[in-house]
Amino acid sequence: MKKLLILGAGTAGTMVANRLNRMLDMDEWQITLVDQDPVHYYQPGFLFIPFGVYSKKDVIKPKRNFIPPQIKLIQSEIEIIEPEHNRVRLTGGLYLDYDYLIIATGADIHPEETPGLAEHEWNQSIFTFYSFEGSVELWKKLQTWEGGRMVVNVVENPIKCPVAPLEFLMLADWFFHERGIRDRVELVYATPLPGAFTKPMASKMLGELLVQKGIHVEPEFYIERADPDEKKIVSYDEREVPFDLLVTIPLNKGAEVVGKSGLGDELNYSPVNKYTFLSDKFDNIFVLGDASNAPASKAGSVTHYAIDLFGENFIRYTSGQKLVENFDGHANCFLESGFGKGLLIDFNYTQEPLPGRYPLPGVGPFTLLEESEANHWGKLMFRWMYWNILLKGQELPFPPTMTMAGKWKA
Amino acid sequence: MATRTIAGKTVAVNEEGFMTNPAEWTQEIAVEIAKEEGIEELTEAHWKVINFCREVGAASGKAPTLRTITNGAGITTKEMFTLFPKGPAKKVAHIAGLGKPEGCV
Ligand SMILES: Cc1cc2nc3c(=O)[nH]c(=O)nc-3n(C[C@H](O)[C@H](O)[C@H](O)COP(=O)(O)OP(=O)(O)OC[C@H]3O[C@@H](n4cnc5c(N)ncnc54)[C@H](O)[C@@H]3O)c2cc1C
Repeated sequence: MKKLLILGAGTAGTMVANRLNRMLDMDEWQITLVDQDPVHYYQPGFLFIPFGVYSKKDVIKPKRNFIPPQIKLIQSEIEIIEPEHNRVRLTGGLYLDYDYLIIATGADIHPEETPGLAEHEWNQSIFTFYSFEGSVELWKKLQTWEGGRMVVNVVENPIKCPVAPLEFLMLADWFFHERGIRDRVELVYATPLPGAFTKPMASKMLGELLVQKGIHVEPEFYIERADPDEKKIVSYDEREVPFDLLVTIPLNKGAEVVGKSGLGDELNYSPVNKYTFLSDKFDNIFVLGDASNAPASKAGSVTHYAIDLFGENFIRYTSGQKLVENFDGHANCFLESGFGKGLLIDFNYTQEPLPGRYPLPGVGPFTLLEESEANHWGKLMFRWMYWNILLKGQELPFPPTMTMAGKWKA
Repeated sequence: MATRTIAGKTVAVNEEGFMTNPAEWTQEIAVEIAKEEGIEELTEAHWKVINFCREVGAASGKAPTLRTITNGAGITTKEMFTLFPKGPAKKVAHIAGLGKPEGCV
């Protein structure tokens, strides 16, 4: 029996386990998954919780429900990976050895890395929606908040789902309109980027949308510390942005265990070949999802496309053939923009998001980089697809690599 | 792919003005781009950071992120902002003839 060990049963670990369970000869392979948390979180749903669009039960389900019975699921914290010995030690001392290892331990937030954030004002006037608990706390706060200056701040890039802060602001604009207090709320986006988004065309078009919605952008704001008593954030170049309510997207980092095991970079992301996800250091280790240093968006949709191609590559590789360098960094994200509308952006490692129409037989087209109701439904449909199709490792009607069809070139 | 002439040399650049072939870079080009970025004079402290970024670029094929620079070149984030105001990692990558740092996806 050949042993495949998968660390982390989040989006990537669950999808790849299901996919390989179908593709590999299970008389020859034994697949084991390890995760410390019995609950699977639908993280894209955290965005909607503060506004009461989703409730807790919409975003949590037992992990077990998504793991086929042939696969062994161990609930435990992973203490250390010992790649020289092809084994992993769990907290409590149990060793698991492997022939092939897939690291899918994701990324998480670290508010404690920025002075002033996770102190006495945490969940009082300083919040995050980048965790389940955080989004629930913020929902409670927004129930009774009577207005003032709401500042959304990204501490440092890369972050998971780089469009989520923009969506949060646009939903906030809608939410306060609905509550009839929009005129008493000032919305500010303080970002380390020079504009609304990372790529030029999207930055321009999204930037214009923010202006229309009366959201002020404070660009190139690199936070040094928050002052919880004076209610302001301070940048390294000593600019100050005052707030009544701060919504932070804290520093994102890969799992501690990756760094501790000598497999991470300075943010604990694990260096890989960005086309195949093979570890730079060990030829029997792959890193999937947010855990790798691949310069693609840290998003579930990206992971899904990556795994579409990874399955066949893994079969090739383990039967002695060469890996095909085929993943192009394809990302395809619905962006919620409030008032029942949304946008869609579609891009990859080399092609920035462009406006146009995204063709989808039977359902589409969806408007690219432009608001429409169809995109809003696309976004809400994504939750259903996530639980029912994506996690089970099934294919979507979208091609895994990006297509230029329907995109308008400048 | 676009080109432009900097300090008397024609080099390949991308749509955001970042050089795409680090081998075409010269110290004179660095001085010129620094001026465009509002840095009148490159001091020893600037060069220490630029040289570090060139080394990282040569080894990894990528421009280092701010965190890689502060971890590797023995400089604090605060000092980086004094030397290369506003977006320091992006600015130094521009000056050092490297692509845009990949933190930005
Ligand atoms: C607010 C928000 C909005 C988002 N919106 C979108 C969106 O609209 N569209 C989209 O495509 N993506 C979105 N994403 C991103 C998406 O959720 C992630 O990219 C995706 O979940 C990554 O999957 P992963 O498997 O790499 O990591 P995860 O799903 O986070 O899984 C990692 C797993 O590893 C386990 N683990 C880590 N360390 C250890 C250890 N030491 N021992 C044991 N277990 C461990 C964890 O318990 C976890 O279960 C959003 C994310 C956030 C936070």
